[in-house]
Amino acid sequence: MIRQEFGRPEAKRARAVDHRKKQHAAPTYQDNTYPYRLNFYTTPPTADITLEQFEQWAIDRLRVLAELEACAFRNKSPAETAAHMKPLLDKYLPIEANSSSSTQKTEQRRKDHYSHFILRLAFASTEDLRRRFARVETALFRMRMASDDKSEREAFVESLGLDWERVTDKERKMLRDELAATSAATFGAKIAPEEETWCKVDWERVPELVEQRKVYLRAGKAYVPSREQQSMVITEFTNHLDKALEMTARALPRLDEDDRLTPILNHLSKNFITPDAGYASSGAPEGAEISARNIDNLSVHFPACMSNLHKSLRRDAHLKHYGRLQYTLFLKGIGLSLDECLVFWRTSFHKVTDDTFNKEYRYNVRHVYGDVGGDANRRGGGYSPFSCQKILTEHPPGPGEAHGCPYRHFNLENLTTLLQSMGVSDRSVLQGVKEDKEKQKFHLACNRVFEYVHQKEIKRAKDEGVMTAAQLETIVHPNEYFKRSYILKNLDKKKEQAPSDVKMEAS
Amino acid sequence: MPHSEPGSEVAEDKMDIQPEADVEGSPTANGDTHGTAEEDTPMADAAQSQPEVRDHDKKDVKLEELFDDMDSDEEFPSSKEAADQTPQSSSPDELPSSIGGADLKASDPEVMRSFYQRLFPWRYLFQWLNHSPTPTNDFGHREFAFTLSNDAYLRYQSFPTADLLKKDVLRLMPSRFEIGPVYNTNPRDRKTLRNSTAFKPLSKELCFDIDLTDYDDIRTCCDKANICNKCWQFMTMAIKVIDAALREDFGFKHIMWVYSGRRGAHAWVCDKKARAMDDQKRRAIAGYLEVIRGGAQSGKKVNLRRPLHPHITRSLDILKTHFQKDVLEVQDPWQTMERQDKLLQLLPDKQLNERLRTKWNSAPGRGSLSKWADIDALAKTGASKSLDAKALLEAKQDIVLEYTYPRLDIEVSKKLNHLLKSPFVVHPGTGRVCVPIDTKSLENFDPLAVPTVQSLLQEIDAWKASEEPDSSASRVQDWEKTGLKPYVEQFRSFVIGLMKDERDVKVKRERDDESMDF
Ligand SMILES: [Zn+2]
Repeated sequence: MIRQEFGRPEAKRARAVDHRKKQHAAPTYQDNTYPYRLNFYTTPPTADITLEQFEQWAIDRLRVLAELEACAFRNKSPAETAAHMKPLLDKYLPIEANSSSSTQKTEQRRKDHYSHFILRLAFASTEDLRRRFARVETALFRMRMASDDKSEREAFVESLGLDWERVTDKERKMLRDELAATSAATFGAKIAPEEETWCKVDWERVPELVEQRKVYLRAGKAYVPSREQQSMVITEFTNHLDKALEMTARALPRLDEDDRLTPILNHLSKNFITPDAGYASSGAPEGAEISARNIDNLSVHFPACMSNLHKSLRRDAHLKHYGRLQYTLFLKGIGLSLDECLVFWRTSFHKVTDDTFNKEYRYNVRHVYGDVGGDANRRGGGYSPFSCQKILTEHPPGPGEAHGCPYRHFNLENLTTLLQSMGVSDRSVLQGVKEDKEKQKFHLACNRVFEYVHQKEIKRAKDEGVMTAAQLETIVHPNEYFKRSYILKNLDKKKEQAPSDVKMEAS
Repeated sequence: MPHSEPGSEVAEDKMDIQPEADVEGSPTANGDTHGTAEEDTPMADAAQSQPEVRDHDKKDVKLEELFDDMDSDEEFPSSKEAADQTPQSSSPDELPSSIGGADLKASDPEVMRSFYQRLFPWRYLFQWLNHSPTPTNDFGHREFAFTLSNDAYLRYQSFPTADLLKKDVLRLMPSRFEIGPVYNTNPRDRKTLRNSTAFKPLSKELCFDIDLTDYDDIRTCCDKANICNKCWQFMTMAIKVIDAALREDFGFKHIMWVYSGRRGAHAWVCDKKARAMDDQKRRAIAGYLEVIRGGAQSGKKVNLRRPLHPHITRSLDILKTHFQKDVLEVQDPWQTMERQDKLLQLLPDKQLNERLRTKWNSAPGRGSLSKWADIDALAKTGASKSLDAKALLEAKQDIVLEYTYPRLDIEVSKKLNHLLKSPFVVHPGTGRVCVPIDTKSLENFDPLAVPTVQSLLQEIDAWKASEEPDSSASRVQDWEKTGLKPYVEQFRSFVIGLMKDERDVKVKRERDDESMDF
C-alpha cells in the first residue's frame, strides 16, 4: 500500500491497498530496514499492507496518542506519564531495544513506522489537527528517547548526521562564567564547563532551550552542553514532522480518488476530537433559571476562575479582553442565551455609555455566539467554552488582567483569599491546595475545592445512586464544574436529573 | 451579509490575522470540488470592487483578536472616537498644543492630506520595506491595512510602488495604516489561488510593543494614557535592555525603535534572518526576553532561577542605576504605608520585615530610597536571627527587575502575521508623528517634544514666508523645512544601512553561484 509516497505532491495516483490482490498473498515488505528503535520517519513505507492492517495499526497508535495527550492535559510529570503509558504501549505499540532478544523487533518497528504514516494522512487536513498530531508525536518520541539505551541513542543520533560545531577550549575558557551560569541553572552546579563538551549551533536550531533561557547566546549562536543534545534532536524531529505534514496536506486531495481509504481516514480524525469540543452547545441544567439577573445567584456554583472574573467584573464594572472572552464563553456554556448575555454585559459595564457599548462590545458577544462572523463561525455556532487545559496554558494574564486559572496564576496568598471568599476555610483543604499548586496539579486543587464545597451532596448522590462514579470523575472543564455543582446543590428539586456525560477526549 | 459592523476591528496599532481563515470564495469554479469543509463555501463576493471593506461579516477572525484592544482605555480607542473626541475628554493635556492658527485637529482631513502629501517619507518607507531601490515582491506582496475615518478597516491592500501607495492613501485618507507580512503571492490576488492554504505569509520584521499602561502598578506620576518625562524613563530602560539582547545575544543589527505617538514604543527588527522567522522562533525570542510574568493577582512577578542567566545579569547591570534614580528617587514607589506593604511582601524574612515595618511606621513619609537602604542596614545589625543573606539578595534582585525590567506586550512579537502601525503616521489623539527614536541618544528623547502634525504644517508655512526669495527654495523638500528633518534623516540612514547589507548578501550569493559553475 501507501505506494502513494507520502508527502510527494507529484505522485499522481494514490494507489492504496489493493486488497483484492493482496488479501490472499503474504504481504511483502520491501526496502525498509530498521537498525534503530527510534525513527525519524523520513522515509515513507513502500511495501503493501492489507486494509485491515491499515485500519488496526492506525487505531492502535491513535489510542496511544490520545492517552498521551490526556496525560499532558492533566499535567502529569514525565515520570508519571511514562508509568501511566507503559501498559498501553506494551499492548498497542511495543518497541524493543536492539539489545532485546525479542524476535518481534522488526515487526514492531514496521507497525510503528506504518501507523505513523497512516495517521499523518488522517491528521494532515487542518492546521489544528496537524499541530496536535505533531505535538503528541513529539511527546511520544521524547518519551521513547528518554527510555532508550544510552549507547543505542547515541548511535541513532549519530546516524542522523546533524552538524554541530564543537566549542574550542580557548573559547570555552573565555566564556567560562557565562557557560557556568547556564549550565548550573539548568542542570545543577555539578559539572564545570571545562569538563564538558559544548557545541555551538544557530540559536534557531534550539528554540525550546532559548525560550526557557537554558543556553547562553552570543551573536546568534547558542552554546549547548552535550547533555542537551536530546532537546536538539527533539527539535529536529518536530521541525521535520511539521514540514512533512504540510507536504502531506498538499498531496492530500489526491487521496480522494480511493474511496476505501477516505472513510477510514475520516473516522480516525473524528476520533481525535479536541478536548474543548465537549461544551460547544451545552444546555442549562434542567430547572435552572439562566438569566442575566440571576448570574449573581448562580455564581456560587462557579469554579474559582469564573468566580474571580465575576468578582472583578462587579468590582470594576469592566474586564479586559481575555477576561471578557473567557467569561462570555463560560456563560454561553452554562446556557445563557445571546439576548440575556448582551443584557448581562450591558448592565455590568454600567460606567460606559450605550454608544460605547454598542460600538465596542456588542459585536464581540454576538460573534462568540455565532450570531455574526464568517460562514464557518455561524455554522459552528461561534466558539466553544474554554477547557481548563486552554485556560491553563494559553495567554497567561498580564498586569491588570483577571482571566486565567487562579490555582496557577495567583500567588498563594491571593489564592487563599479568593478561596476563603468562596467559603473554603478548612485548613487541611487549603494545605492540600497549596501542595497541589506546588506540584503544578492545578486541576487537582480545583477538584479538591469542589469536593470540599460539595462533600455532603456528593455523599448523598453516591448513597442514593443519583450519580454514578463516572459522573463524578475529575473535572477538567469549568462548565462541567458549574453543571455538577448546580445539580448537586439542587438534588431535592431534581432527583432524576443527572449530569450528562461529556466526552472530553478521544479514547 | 451586512457589510459594516461598527467598531469591530479597529485595533490599537496591531492586528493579528489568520490568512488561512479568510477563505470565502475560494475557487470552486474550476470544477475542483475536493478540499476541506471550509473551502466549499460559495463565491459570495467574487465580483466585489476594490478596495474591499474587510469586516467581520466577511471572514473568520480568531475570536481572541476580536476581543483584542477593545478596551476603552486603549491608546487608540478607535479612529472614529479620536475624530469625535471633544477636548474635554480623558486627557486634555495630551491634545496638541495650539500655536497660533493650528487649531485644526490632527485628524482633520485637510491636515491629514497635507501631511501625507508633503511630509510623509514615502520614498524611504518604500526602500525600507523593499530592501532595494527597484521594486520587488518584498514591497509588492506586502500587506497594508488602512483604518478609514468612517471606521472601515481595509485588509490586504498591496502596491507595486511607493507612488501607488501614496496615491491610494491620498484617495482614501486613512487615519492611520498598518504594515503586515510579505505574502507568497500578491495579497490582492489571494482569492484566485487554488485553496486557502496556498496563501501564506512568508516574512515580516520581528516586532516589539511596549506600553506605559502596563506600568500602572509601579508608576506613581501618571496613569492610563497619560505620560510625562518621569515615567518615560521606564521606556528608556526598556529599550536599552531589549536592544542589547537583540544585538548581543541574537546578533541582529538592523533594529529601529519608533515612538508610538502617545505612551509607548515599537521595535522593528529588520534583519533578513529576523524577517524569515516562523512563529516558533518568534515565540522563543519572546519567551527569552520575558521576565515579568503574572496578572493582577499573581503577587511576585519575577521568579528567576539561580544562577542568573547572562542576559539577566547584563540587564540588571543596565537597570540598577535607573532603579536608584528613576524609580526610587523619582517615582518613590513605596512612600505610603499601603505601598510599603507591597515592598515588604516581596521580601523573604518575616523578622526583618517586622523590624522594617516598625521603623517605617514611626517615620511616616520616609522615602523609598531610604527604605531600600534600610533593608541592608537592618539586616547587618542582626535584626533577624534566621536571616538567609542569599535569599535576601536574590529577593532584592527580583525587586529591581520587577520595577525596571521591560514589560512587553508579547503577543505582538509571537506571530509572523501580526500587523503593526507604520512609522511616521500621525497619532490621531495627540497629533504626534510616530518618529524613530535614536538609541544613541536615548536619554535625550522627549516624547512630549515630538512634533505634532499641526506644528509641522505651520513650520512649512513659516519657512516659505521667510525663505521664499531664495531661488534654491524649490529644491528643498517640505520635510526638510520642519522639525521632522532629523527623524527622516535618521530613518534614511537606517534604510541605507539595511539596503547595503541586503545587497552585499545578494552579491556574495551571486558570486558563489558563479564559482559553482566552474
Ligand atoms: Zn508620568
